Amino acid sequence: MSPSILFVLIVALSVLAFQLGKTRAIAMVGGQRRIRDLHSLPGHYGLLTAMWCGLPALVVFLTWVLLQDAVITRLVIAQLPAASQALPDAQLGLLLNDLRNVVAGDVPPEMVAPETRVAAAQYAQSRDIAELALTAIVISIGIVGMLWVRAKIRPDLRARNSYERVIEILLFGCSAVAVFTTLGIVLSIVFEAFRFFSIVPVTEFVFGTNWSPQMAIRADQVGSSGAFGAVPLFAGTLLISFIAMIVAVPIGLFSAIYLAEYAPIKVRKYVKPLLEVLAGVPTVVYGFFAVTTVGPALRVAGEAMGLPVAGESALAAGLVMGIMIIPFVSSLSDDMITAVPQSLRDGAYALGATRSETIRQVVLRAALPGVVGGVLLAISRAIGETMIVVMAAGLSANLTANPLEAVTTVTVQIVTLLVGDQEFDSPKTLAAFALGLILFLVTLLLNVIALYVVRKYREQYE
Amino acid sequence: MNQTAIIKPVPEGTRTIGDVTVPEPVFSCRDVDVFYGDKHAIKKVNIDIGRKQVLAMIGPSGCGKSTFLRCLNRMNDTIVGARVEGLIELDGQDIHEKRQDVVQLRARVGMVFQKPNPFPKSIYENVAYGPRIHGLAGDRAELDEIVNLSLRRAGLWEEVKDRLNQPGTSLSGGQQQRLCIARAIAVNPEVILMDEPCSALDPIATARIEDLIDELRESYAICIVTHSMQQAARVSQRTAYFHLGDLIEVGETNKIFTNPQAKLTEDYITGRFG
Amino acid sequence: MNSTNDLPVKSAEETQALVRKSLARRYRAEKRFRAYGAAAVLSGIGFVIFLFGTILSQGASVFRQSYVQLTVTYDAEVIDPSGARNLDELVTADYQALIRAAMRERFPEVEGRPNLRELYGVVSSAASLELQQRVVADPSIIGSRETLWVLADDTVDMLLKDKVRRSAPEDERRLSDQQIGWIDALVADGSLKLRFNAAFLSNGDSRDPEQAGVRGALIGSALTLLITLSLSFPIGVGAAIYLEEFAPRNRITDIIEVNINNLAAVPSIVFGLLGLAMFIALFGLPRSAPLAGGLVLTLLTLPTIIIASRAALKAVPPSIREAALGMGASRLQMVMHHVIPLATPGMLTGAIIGMARALGESAPLLMIGMVAFVVDIPRSFVDPATALPVQVFLWSDLPERGFVERTSGAIIVLLLFLMVMNATAVILRNKFEKRW
Repeated sequence: MSPSILFVLIVALSVLAFQLGKTRAIAMVGGQRRIRDLHSLPGHYGLLTAMWCGLPALVVFLTWVLLQDAVITRLVIAQLPAASQALPDAQLGLLLNDLRNVVAGDVPPEMVAPETRVAAAQYAQSRDIAELALTAIVISIGIVGMLWVRAKIRPDLRARNSYERVIEILLFGCSAVAVFTTLGIVLSIVFEAFRFFSIVPVTEFVFGTNWSPQMAIRADQVGSSGAFGAVPLFAGTLLISFIAMIVAVPIGLFSAIYLAEYAPIKVRKYVKPLLEVLAGVPTVVYGFFAVTTVGPALRVAGEAMGLPVAGESALAAGLVMGIMIIPFVSSLSDDMITAVPQSLRDGAYALGATRSETIRQVVLRAALPGVVGGVLLAISRAIGETMIVVMAAGLSANLTANPLEAVTTVTVQIVTLLVGDQEFDSPKTLAAFALGLILFLVTLLLNVIALYVVRKYREQYE
Repeated sequence: MNQTAIIKPVPEGTRTIGDVTVPEPVFSCRDVDVFYGDKHAIKKVNIDIGRKQVLAMIGPSGCGKSTFLRCLNRMNDTIVGARVEGLIELDGQDIHEKRQDVVQLRARVGMVFQKPNPFPKSIYENVAYGPRIHGLAGDRAELDEIVNLSLRRAGLWEEVKDRLNQPGTSLSGGQQQRLCIARAIAVNPEVILMDEPCSALDPIATARIEDLIDELRESYAICIVTHSMQQAARVSQRTAYFHLGDLIEVGETNKIFTNPQAKLTEDYITGRFG
Repeated sequence: MNSTNDLPVKSAEETQALVRKSLARRYRAEKRFRAYGAAAVLSGIGFVIFLFGTILSQGASVFRQSYVQLTVTYDAEVIDPSGARNLDELVTADYQALIRAAMRERFPEVEGRPNLRELYGVVSSAASLELQQRVVADPSIIGSRETLWVLADDTVDMLLKDKVRRSAPEDERRLSDQQIGWIDALVADGSLKLRFNAAFLSNGDSRDPEQAGVRGALIGSALTLLITLSLSFPIGVGAAIYLEEFAPRNRITDIIEVNINNLAAVPSIVFGLLGLAMFIALFGLPRSAPLAGGLVLTLLTLPTIIIASRAALKAVPPSIREAALGMGASRLQMVMHHVIPLATPGMLTGAIIGMARALGESAPLLMIGMVAFVVDIPRSFVDPATALPVQVFLWSDLPERGFVERTSGAIIVLLLFLMVMNATAVILRNKFEKRW
């Protein structure tokens, strides 16, 4: 039975269980008019029954579906001739791909090797057996659960409490997803990164100044010295982030100040959302803007001044990224500025300070930790930004501080290394995970510091 | 003394009981109205504020005494939708006049707020802030002298002289409030406005501030809004009673408290409402 | 200790003189400062206008496309020499030949292979597909003549839209002088013009700019977002309810909270790495498919939705909770009957904002292979697909002049969707937001 039909069946069984539990509870006390004798509402007994019927069945169902393919594949591989089993992973992958195509009917069986054809038949057979077994197991789990609760129903069974307990556990599960996500990120990245570091030493990766991962494609050159020095990527990332901050921080901060302290309420009401439009524009749009408009404009301007500007320059990417980050800086600064209590402003005004003196020397001074936190978050954003740099910064790993040259960044290299066909073992692919690990750690560090600073700041004025 | 030359005539039809005028006033207010949007917060108030004396403003909550106080150094300018009408003269000069500069006005009329609001700076910088922005000190030594003197006059010097570089917020509530007074004095103002300066303080700290007000009276005109009638009786020479935006009665403090003329004043003072 | 005898350092008159002296300088500083602020705001607004202006001016023309009017003879000799009306034969027949014949008929004076090849280049290769579809749909038209509009080549389209300069030297143009001559002739007699381009919204991707459309990417995005919404909304709301209403204050909930806040700021590409290592490599989900994309975007939007939903729950005043508990409702009943109904608009707003973010996201989708060149419109969650922003990325990389216009056009479609979503969120918030 196909998984989707089975799923519908589980749901239907649960609905049945609900009715069963409900009527059973009513029957226990002798009819609808005596339900006061029940500890909980009849519906709660129904819900409890439905839960014990559906939930375990669903859990088994989902785990099974998730693992089925991997398990069967392993079984099929074990059945393959020894010669095929000894194949390198890459070729084994191709074989499995053929096999799947045959099973799915995308490729006629006569087009593949005979042993693959046999394996495909095995695969199809195992899958049919597995699905049959799954159907039997899931349905019986559901029925057993349903009957078990039904047998337990007594007027004094605390159905509502049990049911609510389960709901609470489910809700806890929802919030635990966030933790599992982090765990998943850490585990998957760290695992692959460590495989990379077993090929390329950490020190070489972190301190090496030569980045040319393409060389390593050739099997005999795996881990050849100097190919995986990530310093040029770090430098490029920092250069572009720095340019972005030079654009975003003054404009963002000053617009926040102007809108919070100077602009009439009406102006603020319309201009603030207008600036925030910049935050809602997808980054790929900024990337396109950088490539088709800002890049060429910079080159023309450079030619006019006699400066050589590369087609894909750090300056173009940084400028556009800065524009993207303006609303981020301005709305965070705005929050921080408006959090400064009016009494401090009054204190300064009462001493005869002008508006700008009050803002510069009292308001900003008070809001400084918050603003710094906001800027740290913005930097973390700039470092992790991908599409703009992928489209506008280029691929050449130059170690330069000249914003008119092309540089590459950590995120650009991750994308370049991973987009397209790949095997999971080449150092080239694994290098992307090592870069991802660095990126994750650096942005995490920035975020933790920034969130801490901002929280301390908010507490101060609460 | 030729009083007619100095006292500004009070418009006819004023309903305030008692003598609203004083000789040689530092402030004289005539027919002052304040509106917050549509709300008429202060209605045709006439009052003079005398030199080297303390004027207490009392009245039930929301009667407009703080609002009136904020008119005197134009702090109401900072509130969106607030409008002040009528004549307020500081040393015979209209404070709403075009060439009257609000910065200069506030340098002459200092203010202390309900809640102590030291800047997030060191104690020294808090006091030095006013002199710095107004360019009152020629060099560092002079600034040190101003800070020293202001803290002395605020009675805070002995307590903080060893920790001038610590943040102002590290002080206790009463000390913070005296720091705010020192900050106001440092600009060398002519008038000090105090908006319930003790309402956030404990009784001991309150007593210190009251002593301080009494000392400061020798050099400054002081205008204090207070919720406590005892405080008004202790520190002030004149008292004004506000009620729902009207100035009901003005007079010498002991007279107001012993023999109020208006029924409303009497009810308030004897604790019938408020 | 009392120092009331100390005289002020300066007299009142001296003080006032100094204050007056400082005024001019201070007001100049004030003006300057204010001008910086205004300049910052204006440059921000300027960027918005410039960005949108550029995209609109480059992309608005995509909704009109150059078509050539041709009179085609469905010559049985060419497309069905056997006369059997066999469908397989009809599908594979040489329809290009019909177009070529029609073009020769329109310009009988053109001779010589190189010249003819240039002449045929005026019409898009998609034109023969059009003929094929017509014939397959109704084989009875074979042998008849028909006048119809077919797509012109993208180079012609660019010329008609004034996106290439006629004055450029001939070898720098993709159209020769004689081609321009024919084009002008066709325009003059009204058989070459810009018409509404429905194909842009109904076609999938193509290597030919004049045929490429966003339908495939739109469906891909829709399928991906469907998965994202159906997972991240329930999970996100569930998590928010737990943290706001049930969670005891202890280390575990602290960890979860810190975790969520940090996840919200993790770069999206890192989620892509997670998707690649986890969903594709470990669980063996199909690459390039909306299923994996939807799962990755679920994890990506979850923190946004949780944070927004928590804010919505926080805004429900405690008095309502107390009232429900006071009636003897259980905690869950209080939440289900009172808190959630009041918080729903806020939570929906959060979900829409989360979806808008997911719709604009492309970096993690690159990681899981949704960057393939997919011509077919995806029909299920496991078909190869791409998403709208990724389509923008793909097209922006292509050299043909016509793809610049397509890219901007796709961006316009993308921004329209985002605008509708954000507007819905704002309206929802304004309409249902209660101030307690």
